[in-house]
Amino acid sequence: MIKVEFLGPIGKASVEMEAATLAEVAEKLKEDAKVKEWLPKCAVALNDTMVSDLSTVLKEGDRVSILPPVCGG
Amino acid sequence: MELYNGPLDVKEIFGRWLDEQAESNYGAYIPFVGTIRAEDDIEALSFDIYEPVLQKWFDEWQEKAKERGAIVKMAHAIGDVPVHTSSYISAVFSPKRRAALELIDEFVEDFKANAPIWKYDVKNGERIYAEDRSTPMDGAGLLA
Repeated sequence: MIKVEFLGPIGKASVEMEAATLAEVAEKLKEDAKVKEWLPKCAVALNDTMVSDLSTVLKEGDRVSILPPVCGG
Repeated sequence: MELYNGPLDVKEIFGRWLDEQAESNYGAYIPFVGTIRAEDDIEALSFDIYEPVLQKWFDEWQEKAKERGAIVKMAHAIGDVPVHTSSYISAVFSPKRRAALELIDEFVEDFKANAPIWKYDVKNGERIYAEDRSTPMDGAGLLA
């Protein structure tokens, strides 16, 4: 199992799922219409490191964070 | 990097940073202060921060600064920050002014684009995500 957490204004509790790659995470997240709307604007971190490759392989206990548009300062 | 609940004590932080580097032989110290403006009937702005990714972002900037013989500093507020107080300050120390002026520009701009911080307007005690002023981070849309 891996854990997916939704940061900031997305306002959704974390979910756990079985997924071998980030592409599989994407497929499963799109089943939730509200989350699907956020995804085009969101960046992704794996275990707190930003990632940019959908084929990234996941392992048991990994944590994927969904980061919506930012505005610090 | 320093995070505080509520508005920043700007004078204390800048004074302390100045004291800490008093003997470091930097020729330039450039502070930046972000202050909450009164507009659109807001009472305050409010902030969520994802600290693990922010710390990595900051550490990478510290490395870039080091390559130029400089150091960067920043402090940010978490939660509500009333109008006319400060939510964000940063600074650069460097041997010479030109490097410091360039670095503070790049550092603050990249902060706005890629620091994992979310802003909300506070109106009538309610937090409203500042979606129209927010920017997707580098690499956004990966899972779309």
